[in-house]
Amino acid sequence: MSFNRIYDIAGSAMRAQTVRLDTVASNLANADAVAGSEGAAYRAIKPVFQTVYQRVEDAGGLGAATVDVAGVVQSNRNVERRYEPDNPLADGNGNVFYSNVNTVDEMADMMAASRGFETAVSVMNRIGSMQQGLLRLGQS
Amino acid sequence: MGISFDKAFGVHPYALQLRVERSQILAGNLANVDTPGYLARDVDYQSALRDVQSSLEGRAVQAGASMPSLDYETLYRVPLQPSEDGNTTELGAEQARFAGNAMDFQTSLTFLNMKISGLAQAIRGE
Repeated sequence: MSFNRIYDIAGSAMRAQTVRLDTVASNLANADAVAGSEGAAYRAIKPVFQTVYQRVEDAGGLGAATVDVAGVVQSNRNVERRYEPDNPLADGNGNVFYSNVNTVDEMADMMAASRGFETAVSVMNRIGSMQQGLLRLGQS
Repeated sequence: MGISFDKAFGVHPYALQLRVERSQILAGNLANVDTPGYLARDVDYQSALRDVQSSLEGRAVQAGASMPSLDYETLYRVPLQPSEDGNTTELGAEQARFAGNAMDFQTSLTFLNMKISGLAQAIRGE
């Protein structure tokens, strides 16, 4: 019986979605951040998920499919330049650079991430009750 | 004729095993619901159980044969609606399958419990 593997799978999903929620939180926090140059402006960060197949001998060919964060990449969308000569961070031409975070995208991402997390939690709960039922086998 | 436990249990231990392994595969699908390019998998449990059933029936004829092993292949799911990132997991459908599989597990467990309590009754002679 391979219940432990299922806890690994659900745990990896929770970890990956937590990283995603972390990036969303940091993007939303910096959505209105201002910088004095284009290079220093905040750019939205996004995690890249990848599937990791566990040992091959069980589950007929491909093993348990856990998920892992392959890395975190920066968005290459253009940052927003605004003419604000009164801003203390403005450069010689009176321009400041706002972050390229799209808050609507980030909110949608946040909902998807928390839904993925909740799915992993309910998988764990259900596997737990299946295992408890199996432990009581033959007692009734 | 003595009581043979594996004959009494029939296909149910195999069904239980298969449902645990299927729940592992479905949990993998659910974990990778946001992974680009992930191909959702599933087990064809009807054909797997049919194989076990037929080899169990064949075994009843020849004495001393070993227990049949659970053999199945994982297949790739055909999505109802393909997504842009190449992921073929559909969250709602997958959750429904996972819940259905857990119910099937409970059913197999109940069948096994009934078999065990029947055998216990026979042993006690009540």
